[in-house]
Amino acid sequence: MIAFDFEYYKPTSIIEAVNVFQQLHLQGKEPIYYAGGTEIITWARRNDISMKAVIDIKAIPECNVLQFQNNTLVIGAVITLTHLAEANVFPLLSRAAGGAADHTARNKITVGGNISGRIIYREAVLPFLLANSQVVIAGPKGIKYVSIHHVFNKTLQVEKGEFLVQIITDQSYIGLPYVVMRKTKIQKVEYPLTTIAAIKRMGRIRTAFSGVCSFPFRSPEMEEDLNDRSVPLEVRVNRAISHVPAPLLNNVEGSAEYRKFVLTNTLTDTLEKLGEE
Amino acid sequence: MERSQRFVLDIHVNGEVRSVTIRVADTLLHILREQLGLTGAKPGCENGDCGACTVLVDGWPIKSCIMLAVEATGHEIITIEGLKDTPMQKAFLEKWAFQCGYCTPGFIMNCYALVRIHPDADDQVIQEWLGSNICRCTGYEEIQEAVKSVLAAQHPSNTRTS
Ligand SMILES: Cc1cc2nc3c(=O)[nH]c(=O)nc-3n(C[C@H](O)[C@H](O)[C@H](O)COP(=O)(O)OP(=O)(O)OC[C@H]3O[C@@H](n4cnc5c(N)ncnc54)[C@H](O)[C@@H]3O)c2cc1C
Ligand code: FES
Ligand code: FES
Repeated sequence: MIAFDFEYYKPTSIIEAVNVFQQLHLQGKEPIYYAGGTEIITWARRNDISMKAVIDIKAIPECNVLQFQNNTLVIGAVITLTHLAEANVFPLLSRAAGGAADHTARNKITVGGNISGRIIYREAVLPFLLANSQVVIAGPKGIKYVSIHHVFNKTLQVEKGEFLVQIITDQSYIGLPYVVMRKTKIQKVEYPLTTIAAIKRMGRIRTAFSGVCSFPFRSPEMEEDLNDRSVPLEVRVNRAISHVPAPLLNNVEGSAEYRKFVLTNTLTDTLEKLGEE
Repeated sequence: MERSQRFVLDIHVNGEVRSVTIRVADTLLHILREQLGLTGAKPGCENGDCGACTVLVDGWPIKSCIMLAVEATGHEIITIEGLKDTPMQKAFLEKWAFQCGYCTPGFIMNCYALVRIHPDADDQVIQEWLGSNICRCTGYEEIQEAVKSVLAAQHPSNTRTS
């Protein structure tokens, strides 16, 4: 049971959502945007967050889009992870997002909520990091189109009152060779020890990681090492791992040492699956 | 739509429209059990992990502990009480797919949706869906048998249960 009360708003347009946020903010109600609600409800039940109002963005038409437009794939922020997997318009995304949580939970978890959430794994962001996707952000200053790399640095960096509306991916990324490997300690439905998503574009490997550090990431240094074909695969992998951008996670899923072991093997398998030797 | 902290909600559940006074902060699970007397959906973890609280929302399984009751507006909810003598319920009995029964309503709702949404489900799909629910008593083998027997009955040519 959630012990505190809050108000609920369900705007039907972007402008209404932004305006409602502004008004509630001015009234001191510390509003938050609400998508699948899975993280908000579970955190609120434990009193890890508090708010006096939520703004449910699921009735905003732009947030519900899932279609190809002008050689791009446009994905609305409230499309659920199950919907993405069932539609399978972007197989790499179906696979990466399809590992998060369990099937029934994915019927409620939205792609935008996963990317914007506080959970450290946020596996749905990996394909978009690999594909240099654009994101559409709405807020008090209007609507902006920016590269995901500009707004996603460990977490989604949006200003107060802004929310993620869509993610736009160049269609040329959809059919590329890809690998997604998700390793857990015991069961399939568990937080990952490591999730690696990788693609090969014009002969170059790109990799994105979740479960390795306390945030999902893509690292240019690691990709330099992984693409250095002048040295054996084992050396490429070891050098890349020495450039992981933060300490390896050390938690109940696995110690940092064990994670390093799993990461080494999984990264080697990933490269081999993409034809590297 | 705007809802203050407490209000009256018309909720479509098991083919009826029921009016309930709720707090915005109430989960669907809480309202089903405490206000509507539909105690088939069970509280387990209340954290989205165990699946004991699973109900159908427009035909899809949803964990009712991670859905606010206010989100049910405009959607059709079905709980275990809304299923009457379905093949899946019979299959759970015939295959001995439960022991204490606490997890069973959640499993049945999930499995019921599975065979309707994926009538051609293979082992991989079945395992992916069943991974959403936790049972502390039985092995999952009998539950899979129940699902496969319903799938086979839907497709008489299907011999996966033999
Ligand atoms: C049982 C369970 C297991 C899980 N396991 C995993 C896992 O293994 N890997 C994984 O990656 N995830 C996992 N998750 C998912 C994760 O924990 C979050 O619950 C989920 O990603 C949140 O998505 P949501 O749509 O429900 O977001 P919400 O709960 O609605 O929102 C989450 C946060 O994001 C903000 N937000 C939501 N949408 C937007 C938007 N469009 N723009 C700006 N801000 C927004 C909200 O204000 C809130 O702060 C699991 C969840 C559950 C319930
Ligand atoms: S009680 Fe809802 S998933 Fe456990
Ligand atoms: S039959 Fe007892 S928990 Fe499943």
